[in-house]
Amino acid sequence: MSRSAGMPLARPEIVREPVSSGAFGIVEKPLSTWERITNVGAVRKFALLVLLAVVWETYARALNNPLLFPTFSATVEAFFNGLFGGDLFTKALTSLRILLIGYGAGILCAGLLTVVAITSRIGTDLLELLTSMFNPLPAIALLPLALIWFGLGAGSIVFVIIHSVLWAVALNTHSGFLSVSNTLRMVGRNYGLRGLPYVARILIPAAFPSILTGLKIGWAFAWRTLIAAELVFGVSSGSGGLGWFIYENKNQLEIPNVFAGLFTVIVIGLIVENVVFRIVEARTVRKWGLQTA
Amino acid sequence: MSVHADAAEPLLAVRGVTLQYKTKDHLVTATYRVGFDVHRSDRFILLGPSGCGKSTLLKAVGGYMKPVEGEIRLKGEAVTRPGPDRMMVFQEFDQLLPWRTVKENVMFPLRASGRLPRKAAEEKALEYIAKVNLSGFADSFPHTLSGGMKQRVAIARGMAMEPDILLMDEPFAALDALTRRKMQDELLALWEGTRFTVLFVTHSIPEAIKVGSRILLLSPHPGQVKAEMDSLPAGSHGADVSALEQRIHAMLFADAVEETRDDQARVHA
Repeated sequence: MSRSAGMPLARPEIVREPVSSGAFGIVEKPLSTWERITNVGAVRKFALLVLLAVVWETYARALNNPLLFPTFSATVEAFFNGLFGGDLFTKALTSLRILLIGYGAGILCAGLLTVVAITSRIGTDLLELLTSMFNPLPAIALLPLALIWFGLGAGSIVFVIIHSVLWAVALNTHSGFLSVSNTLRMVGRNYGLRGLPYVARILIPAAFPSILTGLKIGWAFAWRTLIAAELVFGVSSGSGGLGWFIYENKNQLEIPNVFAGLFTVIVIGLIVENVVFRIVEARTVRKWGLQTA
Repeated sequence: MSVHADAAEPLLAVRGVTLQYKTKDHLVTATYRVGFDVHRSDRFILLGPSGCGKSTLLKAVGGYMKPVEGEIRLKGEAVTRPGPDRMMVFQEFDQLLPWRTVKENVMFPLRASGRLPRKAAEEKALEYIAKVNLSGFADSFPHTLSGGMKQRVAIARGMAMEPDILLMDEPFAALDALTRRKMQDELLALWEGTRFTVLFVTHSIPEAIKVGSRILLLSPHPGQVKAEMDSLPAGSHGADVSALEQRIHAMLFADAVEETRDDQARVHA
């Protein structure tokens, strides 16, 4: 069969009827109960927690040395005894109160600093400079200085917590602001928004994924700093927090209580991360499609 | 007198506007002494190849940049900064606020500019959402919509503000060809209903002829006015349309022959 060069081959038109859906095996089928249960993140995480507890219990029983490594059950027992009989609850509350004050003040300072940074070039330079200077500085290294400035007590701890929260939150918020798409910026200005309303109604929601990451990191930093600071000088303050609780019980060789103190820190951390931050995420960035799954 | 003055006094007057912007190591002149008048209810098209400064020109009308020379006046007032009297519809799909639903997105400028109280803003938003046939999606978040639907929301948002002039920066360029044709028809239908004034940037000659009532042709590097002409009335015959297309094409690419001669030689070889 020959055709002239460059001419397309003549082909007949093809028209087909789609097969009726009855011919398919499955078009749409609900997932099995097991698949749906394992799709829930909380269930998977809880299973992992149970597994970790079992490993802990088995290892501690095999070791059989309550002074070095108490079992999971002994720790839980000490935890509940401390919570309902002892002073673990009040110590945890003392710690949490100081933590929240420091965390809140740190976020406020970070907010002010980033607003200054976003509105002017010299402000950006200032933020970048301060962050690179102070972010690597461990908060606990400032404690001796804080003790001289603010004396023994809550003031010093709040100061070092602010230091640990401020730079992490400011850095993340600022990088979030910088990554807001140019289209959204122009949209905001098109509406006639300027200054603080512009930051509050356009930049903050648009940069919320980064801000949230900063808040999470800041929260973890604040905890670390708090417990470490309390370990150092809880000694001389009458109503110490969790760090002091741990230190005191170590001195009395009440090792299950030491573990119960650490356990409390872990439990609070788990609740904040998996309940508080998760709810915030679900109601904001996930609902808005800024972050997937 | 007043009727006559209205006819003579343009809604938007662009006079001898030269625009320059800086890249990292160049100062680029985007347009050189461009002038045109947009009158009420015009569908005014800025048409030209890439590099003719049409988007930059639209940004200047939007108030995002200042001309180095010349002036832009809206209803006699010089344009100095962005404002809700010139609502923009961008090409990008990410122009909707992801943290607000469709209805809230349309309401937001009405509320932010303090133009309407909540209740009235909501009614107006729903009215315009209905005009772009998205009533069923009023409470959806933007990330659940398709590209064409997002652009419709953006158009509803711009129109709900009832701005003096609607600025559209290649709003359909990122859409697939079928959706684009549908959106062009819808835009014309909306215009029939409200007779808003629109300044529309495109690089597509067929789109310019279809959507526009008046077309400004710009030449590239830097952008200068090549011609200003009437488009064809809606529903014109194919032959007329392709004749105008040919004419515009010839005008726009008259200077570019030098570049394309090699290509042509290769094609015919």
